[in-house]
Amino acid sequence: MANQPKIDIRTSPYIRQAPTVAEIMRNVVYALLPLAAYATYQFGISALALMIITVLSCMATEHLFCKLSNKKTTITDASAIITGLLLAMTLPPGFPLWMGAVAGFTAIALGKTLFGGIGFNVFNPALVGRAFVQAAFPVSITTWTPALTTDRFIEFIPSSLALPFMQPVDTAEWTAQVSIDGFSGATPLALMKFQQVFTDSYDLFMGLTAGSTGETSSVLIIICGAYLVFKRMLDWRIPAAVIFGTIISAECFYLLDPAQYPSPAFMVFSGGLMFAAVFMASDMVASPVTPVGIFVFGCLVGFLTVIIRLFGGLTEAVMYAILFGNAATPLIESYTQPHIYGRNK
Amino acid sequence: MNLLNLFGKKTFPRGIHPEGFKEETHDHQARRLPFPAQIILPLSQNIGKPAIPIVHMGQHVRRGELIARADGFMSVPLHASVSGTIKKIDLVPSARGDKEQAIIIQTSLSSTQTHHHGDYQDFEKMSPQALVQAVQDTGMVGLGGASFPTHVKMKIPDDCTIDTIIINGCECEPFLTTDHRIMLEQISFMLRGIRIAMKAVDAPRAIIGVEDNKLNVLEAIRPHLPADDSITIEAVVTKYPQGAEKMLVYSLLGKEIPSGKLPSSIGVAIFNVATLAAIGELLPQRQGLIERIITITGDNLNKPGNYMVPLGTPLSHILKHAEFTGNEAELILGGPMMGMPASFLDTPVKKGTGAVLVLDKRATKRDDVLPCIKCSQCLQVCPINLNPSELGMLATKRKYDVMEEQYHLNDCFECGCCSYVCPSNIPLVQHFRIAKTLNRERHRMEVA
Repeated sequence: MANQPKIDIRTSPYIRQAPTVAEIMRNVVYALLPLAAYATYQFGISALALMIITVLSCMATEHLFCKLSNKKTTITDASAIITGLLLAMTLPPGFPLWMGAVAGFTAIALGKTLFGGIGFNVFNPALVGRAFVQAAFPVSITTWTPALTTDRFIEFIPSSLALPFMQPVDTAEWTAQVSIDGFSGATPLALMKFQQVFTDSYDLFMGLTAGSTGETSSVLIIICGAYLVFKRMLDWRIPAAVIFGTIISAECFYLLDPAQYPSPAFMVFSGGLMFAAVFMASDMVASPVTPVGIFVFGCLVGFLTVIIRLFGGLTEAVMYAILFGNAATPLIESYTQPHIYGRNK
Repeated sequence: MNLLNLFGKKTFPRGIHPEGFKEETHDHQARRLPFPAQIILPLSQNIGKPAIPIVHMGQHVRRGELIARADGFMSVPLHASVSGTIKKIDLVPSARGDKEQAIIIQTSLSSTQTHHHGDYQDFEKMSPQALVQAVQDTGMVGLGGASFPTHVKMKIPDDCTIDTIIINGCECEPFLTTDHRIMLEQISFMLRGIRIAMKAVDAPRAIIGVEDNKLNVLEAIRPHLPADDSITIEAVVTKYPQGAEKMLVYSLLGKEIPSGKLPSSIGVAIFNVATLAAIGELLPQRQGLIERIITITGDNLNKPGNYMVPLGTPLSHILKHAEFTGNEAELILGGPMMGMPASFLDTPVKKGTGAVLVLDKRATKRDDVLPCIKCSQCLQVCPINLNPSELGMLATKRKYDVMEEQYHLNDCFECGCCSYVCPSNIPLVQHFRIAKTLNRERHRMEVA
């Protein structure tokens, strides 16, 4: 101690545990990259372009709104990238790119910055964006194109390149004439709803079906989710509760009439459920924080998904189920405050 | 009953597992430092009233001599920790920031610094009341950091009977190893202190709780325990804040201390090992508390370790002898989770100071506070099971009354687990301290 040292002052605790919010967000992006790669493999450059467009749109919107409200830009925390990726993955691969940009803008503008930015959004922003385009472009968002077409890496799906504010060309003709390496046809949920055909659960699990950009492979989704759980950056209780709620609700109907209602396995592995359970419902900000609340929230989302899928007019239900769950979160929390040490209930 | 205990592990739910950093000092036997040239003894070294000085400027005092008497029951006396001359009785800056009265003694260089002590007293023949008085006379406070007068703890309300005393040897704060050393080096003092405490509160049994990262303590103590099992030692899981009163009672006995009540309401009294070891040493000789073991550890120190220092030793003296080589540091009195920051180098070691931790700020510094993303990590670690996330949001809205009335703010004992895990770096504990202080002020205004 040659000279008088300088003393720094803080308050306790003086040690902190990694990770920071930015690290968590970065790791969620890493976890989504394999899904993005698989989507590109399945659907080619159209899917890749769609993901890039939504991400850029989300980031630009966030930056713009930060500037407008004279705040330090928050795009560096990577949460806008996540919103963009999540959003693209719930859209059909041939979704027109300009509509993707609109979806990205709405997701951030209506879903996030309007409420005050990160930490304050009541709903999952990506789902707000998707809900908006579902209402605005009902045809495009339910137009599915086959996976694994031969020329997918050199040729866009025709609908992708629709000019801004123009409806895309009909892809039915294109779908009929493209050569396909793998499989084709409507999505498993549409088959179930309109033709009473139940796709094999194994195919669903492995992702060998048509569907939204990033939602088809349950096994890949589970692996990516497990990575985040392992790094303690994803609360496993939420996906577990959603899947639990779905299985229980689906099982009730399946027991009533196995011919009319699909099996719980089908419900869990079809459509966007697995993706939504792992990456959407687990959005930290819009889900409850109390242990019992997390379970109630997950079961509610699972139950609503099954009900909407079986009785609603739409094929994809999990988006609305989660938005309802988000809306119910404050109520759920207020009824599920934990038991406090030293206090009797 | 505690479900986890069924699997043979004694612990409490939630909590955190910070890195221990104890290897650097836990094998380091407590050694003495040279006496400092001057010591500073603040009159307030305890929760409750400060002591009243009975010496005057220029008076010569012997090491161990009474220099300030207790001001009523909620107060403890103060003894000279060195032989020397009273330089002045004056206001000095305190670690908290405000100024406080202190007695400053100039160490006499020619003195041999031998102890001053009274006549031997046999605690076995003393009544509980006499023991409480004798403990107060030693000037003892909780050496674990709380600085609550020990004799007040030993005075059990008339409507309570104590069936168990718990001796807290958890030392769950990272870096700290003083209790570890005491449990290895002062076993006979500690056991005598336990028997004194058992007699004072009339308890038939005592349990020593030690975290299972100190298994050598269990081996060292077991052979000395009485055959009738009146004193036992148990390992509890190494987890922060295992050493908190509420947590340790739950881990060992599976009982919860009711909110706002004392442990005596469920028949338990809790003491820190260092406190009882000191009582076991001092009480029979009618000595006062004049020195303690502290851990000096952290970054940029050539000689970290455990040292026996006189109370009132300034930090600069300690840093010099621990050979601090840096030129910028955070100085923390206590552990990294709940310790107090020291703001100047003349800050003295007090009765409740268990450690001086020197941290290089760069290693732990985080600046940006982000909004709460409701990741629920804080709920998953809060040992009391509060909702720190919601409390934090209410604090930023300044709804301090809602925090207290609906979210049980006053059950928080500021262990810091929530701040430790918060990825948004929200200073939750600081929010709660401010809220509690403002609430207390508001209640005072309402009464007045």
